[in-house]
This record gives sequence, C-alpha cells and structure tokens, in this order.
Amino acid sequence: MKKVFAIALAAALALSMLAGCSGKQQGGTVNTDGSTSMADVMGALTEAFRAKEPDITVNYSGTGSGSGISGVLDGTCDIGLSSRALKQEEMDQGAVSHVVALDGVAIVVNPKNPIADLTTQQIADIFTGKITKWSDLGGADAPIAVYGREDGSGTRTAFEEIVGVEGACTYTNEYGSTGDVIGNVASNENAIGYASLSAVDSSVTAVQVNGIAPSEATVKDGTYTIQRPFVMVTKEGVALSDAAQAFLDFAMSPEAAEYITAAGAVYPN
Amino acid sequence: MQILFTLCGLVAVGFVLLITVYLVLSGIPAIRQIGLFPFLFGKTWSASQDEYGILPLILTSIYGTAGAIVIGVPIGFFTAVFLAKAAPKRLAALLRPAVSLLAGIPSVVYGLVGMCVLVPALRNWLHLPAGDSLLAAILVLAVMILPSIISLSETALEAVPREYEEASLALGATELETYFRVSAPAAKSGIAAAVVLGIGRAIGEAMAIMMVAGNVANMPALTRSVRFLTTGISIELNYSQDGSLQRQALFSIGLVLFLFIMLINGFLNLVLKREREE
Repeated sequence: MKKVFAIALAAALALSMLAGCSGKQQGGTVNTDGSTSMADVMGALTEAFRAKEPDITVNYSGTGSGSGISGVLDGTCDIGLSSRALKQEEMDQGAVSHVVALDGVAIVVNPKNPIADLTTQQIADIFTGKITKWSDLGGADAPIAVYGREDGSGTRTAFEEIVGVEGACTYTNEYGSTGDVIGNVASNENAIGYASLSAVDSSVTAVQVNGIAPSEATVKDGTYTIQRPFVMVTKEGVALSDAAQAFLDFAMSPEAAEYITAAGAVYPN
Repeated sequence: MQILFTLCGLVAVGFVLLITVYLVLSGIPAIRQIGLFPFLFGKTWSASQDEYGILPLILTSIYGTAGAIVIGVPIGFFTAVFLAKAAPKRLAALLRPAVSLLAGIPSVVYGLVGMCVLVPALRNWLHLPAGDSLLAAILVLAVMILPSIISLSETALEAVPREYEEASLALGATELETYFRVSAPAAKSGIAAAVVLGIGRAIGEAMAIMMVAGNVANMPALTRSVRFLTTGISIELNYSQDGSLQRQALFSIGLVLFLFIMLINGFLNLVLKREREE
C-alpha cells in the first residue's frame, strides 16, 4: 500500500514537471512565457502594471527564448518572450517582434589589467583559445583565464552568438551566475569574462569593444555591438485578449522606460 | 504508541522509495533518447551542441574521490591511532572536539576558504591561469572527509580488547609495533568502514567543490578545471529549460550518482556486517 502511494506521488511529481504554461487566459489574465534573461525586466514591468491595472494578472514563466516563441506560435501563451532577435523561419511562421528593451553584454577584466580596448576578433580569439597570453595583446606576461557562464545561460548564448563563437569556446572556468563571474574576475588578475551590462560594477573593468565603451547610450544607438534585444513576441493574425493588449501597450509605452531602466536594461525608443 | 513509531519508520522508508522511483522515472527518458553507451561513455557534454556524454564527469568524480582518499585516509588513520592510543589525555581532550568541529563546518565554508585561499595559492605556485582545478577539489575533499575517517577509525581502534595489546607488549614488541601490527589489523573492518564512509561523503559533495573546481566538463587532469557528477547537476539546473533534453539528462546524471552511492552503501553494509559476524 505504501509503495503504491509512493509511486503515485512520484508520478504526480513527474507529471507536474510537464505542466507549464497551458490553457488560454480567463478574464484578466496574461500568460507570458520565455527568456529567463528577461526575468528582471518582466518583474519590474509586471509590478508597475499591477499598480495601474489591479484586475489584470500577468503570469511569467521562464522557460527559455526558444520555448517562449514556440509557445506563442502554438497558442499556449499570450505573449512570448525572447532575449534574441527572431530568426527568419520564426517570422515566416507568423511571429511578430516587439522590442521592449536592449541589453548590452560587457566584456570584463580585472582592474589591474592594463588592457582597455579589444576588437571583436580579439575577443573571439581569446574565447576560442587562439590567444592564450595577455602579452600577445600587449598586456602582462601571464596566461589568460577565460571565465564564462554554464551552457543554457541566456548571457552565454547571446555572447557566443554575437561574437560568432557558438559552441567553440574553451573556457577555463564556468560559473552558475553573473555575480560569480564578476566576483571571480575581480579576484583574478588573469581573468576575462562577460556579464550583462547592468550587473557590472566598479570591482571589474568593462573594456571598450572596437573603441566603443559599453554604456546605456552606446547600446541604444547601436555603436556598442555586443548587445541583444529583449523582444515580446505575438502571432500575426491572432488577436490578443484585451488584457494582453493592454500589457503589451504598457510595455511599449514611454511610461515603461523608467521600469526597464530600473531593471538594468536599456529602453530602446 | 507502537503505531506512531511504526509510522515514523515508514515515513523514512517512504521517502527513500519516493526518491528512488522519482529518480528512475525522470532519469530514464534522457538515457533512452541519448542511448546508454553514448551517455555513459561520450566524452563531450554540451547542451548547445546537443551532446550529452558524461564520461568526463564520471571520471572526475572517481579521480577526485580517489585523490581525496589517498590524501585523507593516511592522515585520518594516523590521527585516529594517535588519539586512540598514543596521545596524552589533555592533548586528546583538545583534539577530539576540534575533529568534531571539523565535521560540523558547513560545506559552503570549506568551499569559501578553498576559493579565497587555496585557489589563488595554486594559481601562483603552479603559474596557472585560474587555479580552479581537480587538485584544488581533491585537497578540499581530503580535509572534508577527515572527521568521518578519524572518528570511525578511533572508535574501531578503541574497541580492540586491551588483552591483545598487553600480550603483544609482553612479548617484547614496542608500542608502535603493537599499534600497527596488532591493534590496526584487529580493527581493520571498522577502519574499512571509515574509508567507505569517506568515499561516500566525497562523491556526494557538491557545494564546496563547485566553488574550487572550475566546472568545465573537461577530461580530468590535476591542474585543469573539471566538473563532477554533483556539480554537473547543480550548475546547469537553473537555466535548463523545463522538459528539455538537457534537464532530463541532468536527472539521468542524478540517477548515475544515485547508483554510485547505492553501490558504496551496499559495500559499507557488507563491511559492517562482516565486522559484526567477527
């Protein structure tokens, strides 16, 4: 009997993993689903929106950009969230992109490192292991420690895609969070790493890329190239519910700018 | 009253069953999809390239544990002999609480000290880029398994009948000869149990080594950044997508780890049973 109960409970637990965003919204509910990198921005937007429209509930589930986009195309959620630009085949299937924010990925080194400017090519060579000593770049005679995030992290995916080194990086160390990367770069003179621009503090130096320093302004005007859009995705020809439309309008409005900035991202419009 | 006690016992058994069933149920699908052989013996673990081979993780866990045992067991054993037989009473009274304190330190603290002291030291001594390495993990694990090895070995050594040692001394053996030739062999199954317990602790540790091992799924080498079975799960769980093959493969790693620990536990029970029969 106990065994049967245990098995039943285990089965229930296993099934609950499969339950994610499902079912259409009822009444004033907006289901959003997608990028985990957008958690902070979504949190800020949801909170501000709740103050404005207390009757509408906005649900967010962080399942990754890919499943957010396929979710909205399959109709399992109202708005998909993607932390990368949509691919052509996704747009061919009817996905429509609404850019709500921009996020810069900063390349960070230890403050004691004299290197202040790198080209995209040099960054790619460092992360793929072609350049292994700082002296090759005019720095100290020391080996380079390449720090990055674990596979599956949105920052890692974005960085590798933009720099063009997908799956080709030879990391010295991998860390489970942005804070860990920054903390460890701050404590190792040999280290280089990447982190969301909003998370960079004075304990590390964010280098210039192709002569452009990362900042809100350079991300916004597009001159700082290591950046990605935060996109809300809808499907062409599918009318949004009133609640979902209201939330999307709010996210795109100038009113949302302060919340997006507060969440560490850059307001694009 | 009887019913209450029975219920409490059943709760523990129930949880073991629950976890076992859950791990098997959630660990099997990925193995079936990837294939048992490519999963266990594949040399590349990379979710973005859809390759899920855990051989580097398995080997790292085995090498890391073996390294910790090679360093930790001699130190622990000699400490236990010293505490049980040779130490002056006052010194032993000081050492024993220190050892139990060592057992009580949370693993994150071991990791923190390793990260802040050991890793930079290795970086400077060996001129490594970072210092996070299998070697750092082995050293941290060796310290972490000391308390269980010391206290279990000490108990086993103290249980050796005093007559054995007196007979040996009466025959003209020195004290050292007596401890290592008479007491230690008489306590051998207890000491073996201590070693197996140490293995169990080392192979299941995650937090401390995550902070010093570097966590890249390389084939293990002493000065290279490595990923253990345990850290493999904890580092990727956060961002793996629900229901994705990556998430399922993490559960499969859990299943493999679980089997390892079952094996070690089974072995421990065997050793302890033999001791009781003696």
